[in-house]
Amino acid sequence: MEADMSKEINFMVGGEAGQGVQTIGFILAKTMSRAGLEVFADQDYESRVRGGHNFFRVRAGNSELLSLSEKLDVLIAIDQNTVENHQQEVNDDGVTIFDHDKLKTEGKKVNSLSIRLEKIADDITSNKLMANSVAIGAAVAVGGYKFEFLKEVIKEQFAHLGQDIVDSNIKAASAGYDHAMKSKPEFIRDPIKPRKSNHKMLLTGNEAIALGAMVAGCKFISAYPMTPASSIMEYMAEKESEFNMIVIQPEDEIAAINMAVGAGYAGVRAMTATSGDGFALMTEGYGLAGCTETPVVIVIAQRPGPAVGLPTRTEQGELGFVIYGGSGEFPRAVLAPRTIEDAFYTTVKAFNLAEIYQIPVVILTDQHLASSYQTVTKFDLHKVKIDRGQLITDKEMRNITDYKRHKFTDSGISPRMIPMSGGPLVVTDSDEHDEAGHMIEDAAIRTRMMLKRMKKIESLKKETAGCRLHSRRNAKVTLIGWGSTYGAIMEAASLLERDNLNVNVLQLNELWPFPVDAVTSALNTTKTGIVIENNITGQLSKLITAETGIKCANSIHKFDGRPFSPSYIVKEVKKEVV
Amino acid sequence: MVITNNMITLSDYKPSMAIQWCPGCGNFGILTSMRRALVAAKLEPSQVLMVSGIGQAGKFPHYVHSHVLNELHGRPIPAAQAAKIVNNELTVIAFSGDGDGYGEGGNHFISAMIRNVNMTYVVHNNQVYGLTKGQASPTSDIGFVTKTTPLGAWQPMRPLALAIACDCSFVARGFSADIEHLANIFQEALQHKGFALIEVLQPCVSFNHQNTYDWYRERIYKLSDDYDPGDRMKAFDKALEWGEHIPIGIIYRKKPPRI
Repeated sequence: MEADMSKEINFMVGGEAGQGVQTIGFILAKTMSRAGLEVFADQDYESRVRGGHNFFRVRAGNSELLSLSEKLDVLIAIDQNTVENHQQEVNDDGVTIFDHDKLKTEGKKVNSLSIRLEKIADDITSNKLMANSVAIGAAVAVGGYKFEFLKEVIKEQFAHLGQDIVDSNIKAASAGYDHAMKSKPEFIRDPIKPRKSNHKMLLTGNEAIALGAMVAGCKFISAYPMTPASSIMEYMAEKESEFNMIVIQPEDEIAAINMAVGAGYAGVRAMTATSGDGFALMTEGYGLAGCTETPVVIVIAQRPGPAVGLPTRTEQGELGFVIYGGSGEFPRAVLAPRTIEDAFYTTVKAFNLAEIYQIPVVILTDQHLASSYQTVTKFDLHKVKIDRGQLITDKEMRNITDYKRHKFTDSGISPRMIPMSGGPLVVTDSDEHDEAGHMIEDAAIRTRMMLKRMKKIESLKKETAGCRLHSRRNAKVTLIGWGSTYGAIMEAASLLERDNLNVNVLQLNELWPFPVDAVTSALNTTKTGIVIENNITGQLSKLITAETGIKCANSIHKFDGRPFSPSYIVKEVKKEVV
Repeated sequence: MVITNNMITLSDYKPSMAIQWCPGCGNFGILTSMRRALVAAKLEPSQVLMVSGIGQAGKFPHYVHSHVLNELHGRPIPAAQAAKIVNNELTVIAFSGDGDGYGEGGNHFISAMIRNVNMTYVVHNNQVYGLTKGQASPTSDIGFVTKTTPLGAWQPMRPLALAIACDCSFVARGFSADIEHLANIFQEALQHKGFALIEVLQPCVSFNHQNTYDWYRERIYKLSDDYDPGDRMKAFDKALEWGEHIPIGIIYRKKPPRI
C-alpha cells in the first residue's frame, strides 16, 4: 500500500549570485532524477552577476510533478539571507544545512545541521571553494540516498574541468555525506522509492524547445541574447556543428527576425527567440513574414514588463501583444506550451504550421517554463511528423514555366518554391504585391491579395480547434488558465478536491486562432469560471469574451514576477467561491 | 546545380514591371551598369537573388529579372546575409538608398561589414529622401535646407570612412552617369569574395537641386591607375575626401578572408 502513496522531498539552495546556487541546485535535481524520482525544479534569481539573493528549489517525488512547492524539507543556506527569508518555509521535521562559522540561526526554531563547510573542504581538499560540494553531500545524506548517484552526477558536471577538480569535489561531497550520517542520524530519512524504473531526462523548457526545433529540422536560428530566452540559442549553438545548423547572434532583434525571414525565404526552417521587449523590436518583421508569406517560428519567453521590467522573473503579459501585434492584418498562430515536455511537441507543430500555412508562428512561454527543470519521458519520435506543406520539389520545379509565388488559390495557400539556380524566379515583396510578387497599387488586386492571405485562417483554425478540459464529478467551477500555469492549476484542483471542492480545469495552449467552439462548450459545463493569469489586466479573460461572448466573472491575477504555486491558487479560489 | 550559359544577354535582365522612377533619375544609370555587369559575369537570372529595402532604390530588383526579396525599410542586408548563408549557390546583391542603408539600417550596415558574408551591397546615395519627397538624409550636405530641416541639415555621415574603419573587405564609389566605370566596379564586386560595398552617387532630379549632375561632374575624379587600394590608411584619407574633389573607383580592397 505504502508504495502507492504520493511522497515527495523538497530542497532549496539559497545564496548570493556567484556563490554557485545554480550549480548546487542542478546537481541536486540531477541526483534525484538519477535516484529514479520525478523532479520539478525552479529558479529564482536576480538580474545581477554577483550578490543579491538567489534560490533554486528542487522538488522530487514518486509521482509526476509539474509545479513548485512552498514547503521545504531540506534548506541549504549559503548566505544569511537564505536563513532569514526561507527558514519559515521549512517543515517542522525539516533540516537546515549551513556553515556555523559563517551563519547564525539564533532565535529561530531550526533543526540545524551545522557543518563547518569551508573548514571541511579546506582540510580535505585544501580548497575552500569545495564547500558547496560538502553541503550537497550532506543534503543527499539527509534524503537517505546512496552516495553513488551523487558521485556520478559530480563526475559529469565537472568532467570538463579536469580529473583533479572531479576528484576534489567527490571527496568534499563524500565528507559532507559522512558527516551528516554520523553527526545527525536522527535527520536521515528513508529514501522515497521510485514507483517504476525511471529513465527520464532532466530538461528545462528552453532545452525542450531547442530539441524540438532540432528534431523538426530547423537549420537556422538568429537571436539576440535576452533573458529568459538566451539558453535556446546557446543550446543550439553547442550542437551547431553536429546537427549542421547555423546559429547567428546578430546586432539586434530587428536583424534577428529579418535574418530568419531571409533564411526562410531561401529555403530552410528558421526561427528566432526573444522576450517581450525584443519582440517589440520584431513586430515589423512579424508583419513582413505575414505579408511575404514566409514561414518563421518566433519563441517569446515572457518576463514582466513594461520596458525592461523584471528581467529574470516571470509573467504572462504578452498574449494580447502577439495576437494583435504588428502593423496591418495578417494570419498568425500562437501556441503556449503547458509543460516542459509539451514544449518539445509544440515546437515541432509550430514549424509544421509555419510551413503549411506560410505564416509566422509564435511559441509563447515564460521564465517559469523556460528555466525550470522537469524530468521528462524520452520523446516519442514516432509522434514527430515533418510536414513542409505545399513546397515544390527540385524535380517538380523543372516543369514549371509560369511560376507565381503568391498565386491565388482556393485555400489561399500558394505553392512555395525556393530560389534556386535553374529554377523559376521567386519574387516577393513587403509592399502589397500581385500574384507574381511585384509591387502594386491596384485596389482590386490589393483586395484579392488580402482575402487570399486571410483565407488561410479557415484551414488554420482546424489546427488549433481543440482545448483540454479536465472534468471532475459535480464540478460547479471551472479554473481556466493558459500556458505554463498548467502544473500549478492541476495540482490546485487536486488539493481542492481533498477539501471537497470539485473543479474542472480548462487549460488553453493553442490560443490563436482561438478555439471558439471548444472553449464555448467547455465553459458551458459549469456556471462559474475563474480565469487564472500571471498578469494584471486579464488578457485571456478578455480574449474569451471577445471570441465567445462568455464573460468569466471571476479571476485570479498575479503580477509580482513570481510563478503561481498550487497552494496560492487554492487559497485564492476559496476566496472567490465562498 | 549551377547552370552556366554563355549566351546571357542584356535582354535576359529586362525589367519585370514598368519602371516608376522620375525621368532623368540617377537610378537609371545604376540599372544599366548592373545589367551589363551581370551579363559580363555570365550569370543566369535564376542564379541571382536581389534583396532591397524601401525607397526609390528599393524598387530596383523589380526592374532586373531575377529572384527578388523586397524587404522592409532599412532591413535588406540582414535578410540578404541569411539567404546567402543558407543558399550559398546564389549570387546575392542587396540595394539601399542613403536613408535605407545609412539611416534606418545603420546598425545592420556596420555589422554586415564586420561579418563579411560573401555578397554585394549597393547604396544609391543621392543625399536626400526621394520616396517620401525631399527630406534630409544622413549624407545631406551640412546646411542643406529641406521641409524637415528649415535651418539646414547636420553634418553629413562619411559612410565609406565608416566602412574602412569596420575593415569592410571591398569599398568602392561610382557615379551613376559614368556607366562604363560603374559597370566595371560592379563586375569587380561580383567577383570579390566577401562583403562588397559600392556607394553610387546618383543625382535626384526632383528633390536635390544642390547636388546635381553638374555639381558632381565638377568635383568627381577617378582614382589613378597607380592608386593602391590595399593601403588602409590611404584609403581612409580618400574616403574622407569630399567637397571640392570627390574620388570614385575602388577605394579599399582587403585580401580574401580565409574561412
